[in-house]
Amino acid sequence: MRTDIRRPAVATSSGSGQVPGRADRTRSGRPVRGRLNPLPALVLLLFVVFFVLPVLWLLLAATKTDDQLVNNNPLSFGSLHALHANWKALTAYQDNAIFLWLRNSAVYSFLALVITLCVAVPAGYAMAMTEFRGRRALLIATLVVMLMPNATLVVPLFLEVNAVHLIGSMWSIILPYAFYPFGVYLTYIYFSTALPRELLDAARLDGCSEFGVFRRVALPLAAPVVALVGFFSFVANWTNYYLPYVMLPQSDQFPVQVGLGTLLDSVPQFNPTASTLQVERPELALATLLAIVPVLVVFLFSQRFLVAGMLAGATKN
Amino acid sequence: MRNSRTLWPGRAGHSFVAAYTVLLIAFGLVPTGYAIYFAFTDGGGTFSGLSNFSTAVNDFRFTPAVEHVALYLLWWLVSLVVFVVGLALLLHRLALSGVSRALRFLYYVPGALAGAASVMVWLFVLDPTVSPVAFLLRAFGYHTFGEVIAPGHLPILFTLIAFWTGAGGWIVVMYGALNNISQDVLEAARIDGAGAWQTAWRIQIPLLRKWIVYMVILAFAGGTQLFVEPQLLSQASVGVAGRDYSLNQLAYDFAFQNNDVNTAAAVSVELLLVGLVVAGVFVARSGFFDAD
Repeated sequence: MRTDIRRPAVATSSGSGQVPGRADRTRSGRPVRGRLNPLPALVLLLFVVFFVLPVLWLLLAATKTDDQLVNNNPLSFGSLHALHANWKALTAYQDNAIFLWLRNSAVYSFLALVITLCVAVPAGYAMAMTEFRGRRALLIATLVVMLMPNATLVVPLFLEVNAVHLIGSMWSIILPYAFYPFGVYLTYIYFSTALPRELLDAARLDGCSEFGVFRRVALPLAAPVVALVGFFSFVANWTNYYLPYVMLPQSDQFPVQVGLGTLLDSVPQFNPTASTLQVERPELALATLLAIVPVLVVFLFSQRFLVAGMLAGATKN
Repeated sequence: MRNSRTLWPGRAGHSFVAAYTVLLIAFGLVPTGYAIYFAFTDGGGTFSGLSNFSTAVNDFRFTPAVEHVALYLLWWLVSLVVFVVGLALLLHRLALSGVSRALRFLYYVPGALAGAASVMVWLFVLDPTVSPVAFLLRAFGYHTFGEVIAPGHLPILFTLIAFWTGAGGWIVVMYGALNNISQDVLEAARIDGAGAWQTAWRIQIPLLRKWIVYMVILAFAGGTQLFVEPQLLSQASVGVAGRDYSLNQLAYDFAFQNNDVNTAAAVSVELLLVGLVVAGVFVARSGFFDAD
């Protein structure tokens, strides 16, 4: 097994610093640097349009009046004035409800993320690297529960939480979020394939406690997988709709996803019965934009880990 | 490598997994048990055999809901496997690493719009009066939002939404897995005269197999759970798309509209069973969990 730590570094650098011999070798097997084969390039570009065009439209929609949205070119810029007006109208909706929803989302997702990381990483580590009674049962339970889609458990979770009278409490969604078997499984794969046991044994010989081995040796090497688990968990929680939709009865507890549904109900074009407190479509577009900013920010920060090759090893054998 | 797991003395192993075990029991096993309990009892808590299941199955909304979800799954899984693997391979071959990284980011951007946000965007994209691709919709002969979201179109439309939001993340994962294939293997293939297509087909895709299976299992599991898309679409379409389009919507309706948690639990249990059986078949046939 050869896991080469240098490769991600090469892959993410611009490549300009490579020695000529190496670049020539690359040339023999890959498309010539700087010139793209037209068909793959066309496919890649078509998908760029598919993925990006709706987002671009959304960005521009927030700068228009509803009238401009219908009559102007879909990819034209409205005006800063209209953007400002949309902002005022959106924030006026139910007295700053949008900020409250965003804050709720942040609190729920962040608390769940912290718990997930503290719980999942040690569990994956212990299951990958050590033998203990019940390890196999725990592993199988994790795999089974991971394969069980959590939305099927929403109604049963409601019944369970209802039985202990916690409906409406923020913990009724944070704790189910924090339970993240996918994260345990990812760390389990990572530790069992990419962490050399020799390192752990060496640390033990040097007198490290088991916790010390984990914290000083395993955890620093696991940074990519910790970032990956954290990222997936945050996004999953931030974008979850069904669970909070069921668990939280009051509008002031909604996360922004459920809040968007409330806004949608107040847009006359989509819901003709909406009369009072109307929301115009550009305001809905603006609210959607606000709802996605945190995920984009998290993605930008963790992208380095995500693309570096999640299973890139730590040593050369 | 497999046998070198350390035998820990005492409780070290257990202390590492204790917190996780508590969460697993509270939010994995107990709700599952609770669902099974409710599915097999009536409102008074006495055992009722399969009557809740037959209530669910015989409900006039049940069969259409199964068909809707099955059709959607077919489109969704095929498009996911073909395009995610294809795009990841193309990106991995790009010599311009800066471009490859930028494309991965652009493909991922809609991933930030998962959940309700993606449905909001597509409500607009599918509405010919405001859509950025209105010309395409008109070319297909659709002039109103109602025509675009006709019930027959929904599986494709939900596939578009799901692919648009979900594919970018999987492309990133596949790319990471491709990065992990040893350069030696690829170089050996190159020396043996394998072109790009041969390398992809004979070396890279087989080595990606576990990740592809993994993606299919999770996408299948996620796909059976269809809820937010039809829910919001039915909100926005004045009933063109019903509130009972998917199985989870049906479970929700049983529980919270009809106050029949037992039948709702039966639907949940059925969904769980289907998910587990299909995942089990995939797992057994692909050897996905050979690692242990």
